[in-house]
Amino acid sequence: MKKKINLIINNKKIDCFKGQTILEVARENEIDIPALCYHSDLKIKANCRMCLVEIKGKKGLFTACSTKIEPSMEVITDSPKIKKARKINLELIFAQHCEECNDCIWDFNCQLLKLAEKYKIKTGRFLDRKTGYPVYQFGPSLIFDSSKCIDCRNCVDVCQQQGVNFLEIKEKGHLFQVIPSQDENKDCIYCGQCIVHCPVGAFEALGEFEDVEKPLQDKDKIVVFQFAPSIRTSIGEEFDLPYGSIMTEQLVAGIKKLGVNKVFDTCVGADFTTTEEANELIEKMEKGTTPCFSSCCPSWVKFLEFNYPEFIPHLATTRSPQVILGGLIKTYWAKKENIDPEKIIVVSVMPCVAKKYEIRKKELAVNGMRPVDYVLTTRELAYLFKKHKIDLAKISPQKLDDSLGIPSGAGVIYGASGGVVESALRTAYEKITQKKLSKIEFKQVRGMKGIKKAVIEINGKSVKIAVVNGIGNAKKVLEELKENPKLYDAVEVMACFGGCIGGGGQPVPTDGKIRQKRADGLYQIDVQKEIRLAHHNPIVKKVYHDFLTSEEIIHSICHTKYSPKKREVEIS
Amino acid sequence: MNKDIINKLKENELLGRGGAAFPTGLKWEMVKSAKAKKKYIICNASEGEPNVFKDGFILENYPAEVVSGVKIALENIDCSSAYIYLRKDYYEKFKETLEKLIGNLSITLFKKTGGYLAGEETSVFETIEGKRPEPRIKPPFPSQAGLFGCPTLINNLETFYQVSKIAKNQYKKTRFYSISGEVRNEGVYQLPEDQSIGQTLRETDNWPNFDFYVQSGGGASGEILLANELDQPVRGQGAIVVFDRKKTNPFSLMKKWINFFLEGNCDKCTPCREGVYRISEMLEKDKIDKKLLKDLFFVLEETSFCALGKGVVVPFHSLISKVLGEKI
Repeated sequence: MKKKINLIINNKKIDCFKGQTILEVARENEIDIPALCYHSDLKIKANCRMCLVEIKGKKGLFTACSTKIEPSMEVITDSPKIKKARKINLELIFAQHCEECNDCIWDFNCQLLKLAEKYKIKTGRFLDRKTGYPVYQFGPSLIFDSSKCIDCRNCVDVCQQQGVNFLEIKEKGHLFQVIPSQDENKDCIYCGQCIVHCPVGAFEALGEFEDVEKPLQDKDKIVVFQFAPSIRTSIGEEFDLPYGSIMTEQLVAGIKKLGVNKVFDTCVGADFTTTEEANELIEKMEKGTTPCFSSCCPSWVKFLEFNYPEFIPHLATTRSPQVILGGLIKTYWAKKENIDPEKIIVVSVMPCVAKKYEIRKKELAVNGMRPVDYVLTTRELAYLFKKHKIDLAKISPQKLDDSLGIPSGAGVIYGASGGVVESALRTAYEKITQKKLSKIEFKQVRGMKGIKKAVIEINGKSVKIAVVNGIGNAKKVLEELKENPKLYDAVEVMACFGGCIGGGGQPVPTDGKIRQKRADGLYQIDVQKEIRLAHHNPIVKKVYHDFLTSEEIIHSICHTKYSPKKREVEIS
Repeated sequence: MNKDIINKLKENELLGRGGAAFPTGLKWEMVKSAKAKKKYIICNASEGEPNVFKDGFILENYPAEVVSGVKIALENIDCSSAYIYLRKDYYEKFKETLEKLIGNLSITLFKKTGGYLAGEETSVFETIEGKRPEPRIKPPFPSQAGLFGCPTLINNLETFYQVSKIAKNQYKKTRFYSISGEVRNEGVYQLPEDQSIGQTLRETDNWPNFDFYVQSGGGASGEILLANELDQPVRGQGAIVVFDRKKTNPFSLMKKWINFFLEGNCDKCTPCREGVYRISEMLEKDKIDKKLLKDLFFVLEETSFCALGKGVVVPFHSLISKVLGEKI
């Protein structure tokens, strides 16, 4: 039991727990303290010096983020002195940040702007210090505009927490600044956690604002959209709806309003991924070549290819849901609908910036075509909606096109950490035992913990499972496997915290509580589904019966190959 | 002999010589009584401020006393091992001498990397741990969790010298003064610790025969004192810098200081990184914007992460008000 203590903030008595900081207690009690470098995912840095408070009986100002509460402490969060200090520091921070408010992922939710208004700062007091600072591009996925950086270093810390260490602090002319590493042994894996942890929008997806219309502009083409599992419970945030709101049919309606011909659900692709991946797991278990690693997170795949190529044989060769569905759209569906596949443009809406990288992989080509032509992030689609004055909060819902079926519950939970393994287990259980699975849910693998371990009994055999979210944790599991290669049978890895619901393409802000609500929404959808096992999905059965009939075809649509990677990101 | 060294340190009222003047006996006691399987001792010889060169002098002349002081700490604090953390040039110059003196004692010589801030005590830990030199959030204090998370005793090199003197009952309440600037006899002098600056200048035959002012403590963070304010003892790291009022351009002097802070700070916190930058920007124009400067002083003093940022204000404030005669 945590020890309860009393605290007074602004003359109000508050119950809280020993070990908490002033900022945590204040936020829980809806007392506003500005903080730019604070993020609940990261360790406390106390760099920005905005969360200043006074403590009765103590001299000076204290940073609320780093000061632990003490019994009967009396905290004051607003005084002329506090105001003055915050205001001047804010003016200094503001002068580091070259604003580009129209093209910013924080849109009108910008903390800097809100604080500037609240503290009535003189925005022009100093000349912008970072005018002309470089913009760096990280592969086909994201950009870092260092002229917007306020040196809070959240990005550096999250990149380090991810075990990637691509962002570094280097001194240039007596001033330290954040720059991408030049080290050939380090490479960005495009997880985009820097984007969602930057308080001022210095990072964004490549083409986040400039290129969103591109997929819709070619009038001779048939534009087909698909959207990822996790999108449906996150995009509502962009329209001021509560966290975790389920928006599946509003999404369909919104996308159609953009003039799009067909809207499919990537969760259907996930049902194919599950079926194939379950087969791979069963095969590896039979041959004794486990562990079997999940393969639908492109950041994880790149991380492994770059840092741990010796583990490549363990990576499932199954393609990710968007790629399988894209491949099926341009083959099976095109044929069925009598459409020239060359005329189809497939656009995926993903919670992810690494998916922009994934679709460019040459080895994924189907009949010489890219299965997916464009990837838009959740944020980009919301921006596109807003640009076209489409308000998802008000739109009348529309059903999905069912010419490529509707997803099972298993496909939907892909968006949360543990979802892939749970889906595969549901299917693998039935395939191995030839019995109906009575207890469908594997709750042991759910939740936000960085590494979850479980042992599941199937047919008297123990299947050892590790579920990882946050790629930094993958390092730990891989190091364990180096020591003991048979420690796990199935390993699911998602590079982002909480899985895709915490992806780098998701709305900001993103934190642990928000991720949990997005995940809760997905599990709620699953519960309501009649079909909750991927291989029970009629479209899966039908496509395997009618189209995916040979090893060769299955391979060309559903599988890929990997190779050790050298550094790809070039920094000039 | 060394059994009651902590009591002796207390009786002699030894204060740390790194600038903060924390009671040494109390510091030792805190580390000694901390419960841990491993503890560290660090002798800090990172000496990085302009016009402060007494640690180099001590290394040159009394290296045996320094090592002896560290040895006393090793004997007194259980399960401990020590580092002597040396400025790069001191490391090159004194490595051999120190290694001979150390023999097989558990003392490692560490060559400092990074700028001035890398001498701040928690930044020293970060540097030895192979990280970027930046100060840590306190608490925990070094005596609770310092180097590698273990209770750590970190003292300035001169402090260890004085410890060895106290252990041998030879302590005479002296300190080492670095005297420089417009003086006849630049150098390091060992003189009574509470002696006034005026007396120190006279005793060393350095009292100027021209209109002058001094900087007391260190050649960047020290306070400017006029000739009629020298009846007080020196502060900080014991440096006295003499300036000829006629020959000294206050703006050049301030630019020298601000460049030192610009180079030497770690850029971690907003007020120090941006405040120092904006002061340097202002000084480039050879003009003082009082309103701006007051605001920057306010956030530097009140909101800086570590003592370096808080200490930026003193020299500027004292020079501008006393020498330029501007009310600020």
